[in-house]
Amino acid sequence: MHRICLDAFDDVEGWRTHARRLAQAGVPPEAVLWQVGDAPGDLFGGEPQALPPATGRPLTVPKPFITLAEQALLHSDPQRFALLYALLVKIAANPALLGDHADPLLRRVESMASTVRRDIHKMHAFLRFREVQEGGVEEERRPRFIAWYEPEHYILRANASFFVDRFAAMRWSILTPQGTLHWDGETLTEGPPARREEAPKGDPVEAAWQTYYSAIFNPARLMTGAMLKEMPRKYWKNMPETALVPGMIADARRRELAMVAQAPQAPRITRHTLPQDPAAALRLLREEAAGCRRCGLCGPATQTVFGEGPADAGIMVVGEQPGDQEDRAGRPFIGPAGALFDRALAQAGVPRDRLYVTNAVKHFKFEQRGKQRLHARPNVGEIDACRWWLDQERAILRPRLVIAMGKTALRALTGQNLSIGREAGQEIMLADGTPCRLTVHPSHLLRLPSQAEAEQGFERYVADLRGGLAGLEEPLRS
Amino acid sequence: MSSLSLTDKLAILADAAKYDASCASSGGKKRDSRDGKGLGSTSGGMGICHAYAPDGRCISLLKLLLTNSCIFDCHYCINRASSNVRRARFTAAEVVKLTLDFYRRNCIEGLFLSSGIIHSPDYTMEQIVEVARALREDHDFRGYIHLKTIPDADPALVEAAGRHADRVSINVELPTVSGLRRLAPDKSQDRIEGAMGAMRGAIADGHDAKRRYRSAPDFAPAGQSTQMIVGADAATDREIVARASTLYDRFDLRRVYYSAFSPIPDASAVLPLRRPPLMREHRLYQSDWLLRYYGFSPQEVGAAADPATGMLPLDIDPKLAWALRFRESFPVDLNRAPRELLLRIPGLGVRAVDAILSARRLRQLRLEDVARMTVSLRKLRPFIVTADWRPLALTDRSDLRALLAPKPAQLELFAA
Repeated sequence: MHRICLDAFDDVEGWRTHARRLAQAGVPPEAVLWQVGDAPGDLFGGEPQALPPATGRPLTVPKPFITLAEQALLHSDPQRFALLYALLVKIAANPALLGDHADPLLRRVESMASTVRRDIHKMHAFLRFREVQEGGVEEERRPRFIAWYEPEHYILRANASFFVDRFAAMRWSILTPQGTLHWDGETLTEGPPARREEAPKGDPVEAAWQTYYSAIFNPARLMTGAMLKEMPRKYWKNMPETALVPGMIADARRRELAMVAQAPQAPRITRHTLPQDPAAALRLLREEAAGCRRCGLCGPATQTVFGEGPADAGIMVVGEQPGDQEDRAGRPFIGPAGALFDRALAQAGVPRDRLYVTNAVKHFKFEQRGKQRLHARPNVGEIDACRWWLDQERAILRPRLVIAMGKTALRALTGQNLSIGREAGQEIMLADGTPCRLTVHPSHLLRLPSQAEAEQGFERYVADLRGGLAGLEEPLRS
Repeated sequence: MSSLSLTDKLAILADAAKYDASCASSGGKKRDSRDGKGLGSTSGGMGICHAYAPDGRCISLLKLLLTNSCIFDCHYCINRASSNVRRARFTAAEVVKLTLDFYRRNCIEGLFLSSGIIHSPDYTMEQIVEVARALREDHDFRGYIHLKTIPDADPALVEAAGRHADRVSINVELPTVSGLRRLAPDKSQDRIEGAMGAMRGAIADGHDAKRRYRSAPDFAPAGQSTQMIVGADAATDREIVARASTLYDRFDLRRVYYSAFSPIPDASAVLPLRRPPLMREHRLYQSDWLLRYYGFSPQEVGAAADPATGMLPLDIDPKLAWALRFRESFPVDLNRAPRELLLRIPGLGVRAVDAILSARRLRQLRLEDVARMTVSLRKLRPFIVTADWRPLALTDRSDLRALLAPKPAQLELFAA
């Protein structure tokens, strides 16, 4: 058994020297015991054995192996020297094996190296300096920047050049439980392990940094998981800003809801202020919808038929889609179904110009039969594509009541396929809490086969509308 | 306004800057201050995120607005002219001091400076450039600088910005022209794209000069990027992906950032607030990766979207969505298929693909080998063939999507 004593936990050079000699001598991995320092490590290792004479056999390995070894050897795993030697023997015999990423040993070493790279990177990122003034006499006082950091692996020396490259004109010290680094502007010196108490307790600039940290956070996009994935809690104790995190998380939802719930304030009037009341919002939305290409219906249709009515209507009526006449005129509910709708409103005693009337789908879908364009029912994809507009209309109007006429309207409002049938006249609650009254679409009444049924259906339809509007007499009169 | 302390201003002007998604310090040129002069270094490759906020976003740069006063009245913006938000304005010296103070303590990689438009585009651009100039020339600052440039500003000022900055950016703001007309009527797509085109030319000229003369000055070595807001206009995912791809091609962009429209204080009535579509934003970034690293064409990503609505599924990633739509392309033999096909397999990243290509030269890959090189074998199985595995009917199962999609409960967090 060969016992190899390395000088330090990150003694990469020592490992290289010994590993080369051992490998040249053909010593198998299981016959080597690696340790740091010269204390007897393994009780059963017996007396150290002299190395067999060097064979002079050249030992060459691909360059990427050296890089891999230099990184993996900094890992805190006590097995690292032995693992790397085992890999070295394997690679020296067949350099091509370095490409065999499915090999368990290579995989393990690669994953160690990647852990070390991450630890190195995180030290670049999360180490924080605090400024202190050194020197007794006023005119000799000079700043020194001191950091306390706790690396997980043996990366302190490996990281020295990063900080020298970046802060060469400053005087700084990095204190860690593994050792210390000191830079005086020209030379780097190493010192013994340090304790946290030796580092400065604070720095006046940290308050400003905390201000920045809380201000740059967007409470409406809370994603703690994403934060923790990249900045796990183990790093928190040495970062001044992380003390704020629990409070920021606790308060985020409240801040977001407050923003959403806040009714639009009167805009600050400058000469640059654009109109931004609900009426302007609807007008602009209608203009944008004129060019809608969200689904294929815009192709054959003449134009987008957007909703119509006052922005403060309070009641929103949703139908299915424009028909032939609506498509030509660009206004909703002006064809035969619209006439029926108007008649029902008149009977219910509701002036139409007090309602906001719109459709679930804003383009006319039809089948061409000779010269006739026959209504075709929009499919679920088309309804869902068009839902974006309906949602915007609802968000701007914030109606106190929605009246859903027919299955398509209901699908667009709830995202679910429900049929109206017997539920006509009922009221449901939409996801945002708005009450929604269900009724049939007026074109359904036009298709009823007998006069009697049509009359009966119409009466019920009027009753549904009136029932829906009953509780809202007040605003309608106002 | 003058009564505000530096900390007050910092709070206001960082808050005003947080709706810019980019905080990257990547790309560009390797620099250091080993010579003992100046301050700072850049890696030239991967950037460094010095902290993460609870919104999951990286904090790499000190991201500030020079002022949040603005003569534009864009409805999605917290700083629009008509907003009642508190206003503040930094002097150039104040931004320089904050940058250097934070940099010396290793809190940041550098500065990302933007501004509301005050007086005129030229005046505003001059102020932005002055901060960068002071950092570079007066303080020999060698860290990262990202400047937002303003369309319509004098080309000489844009040129100066490019000389000092590592990266420059101009936001296209919204994916559709109609959306821009409704929500940012002061801006025009033509002017924005004109400025991006000019910037592309300037960056290309800079590279060209550098190739011929080593002493030629650097010009925005980390290129230009842009950002668009998602969920404020009617654009579908398919339209957004197509738009992003056009932008990459036409302007040679390094990155297109997506920013889910999120509630702002004192919002405009024109743009109703709702929860930001964070999952949608995430799926768009994934599709961006498919375009840039996985050899997908924008049409192919578009084909992963729902044919009727043009939207990418939220419960599964776009690569899996594509695979489920084009099942005839699977299973793929890991021991034989070319790289382009391996990259199509859902659950295989670029690194895993490279490891597989390298390993299969030395051995016949079996499932256990694949398991060592990838994250989750369960998701891969239906799509691959190895020496000891063939999925048989699995690829054709109608409930394959249900088998692979995460449990619905996990999605609640992101529900819009």
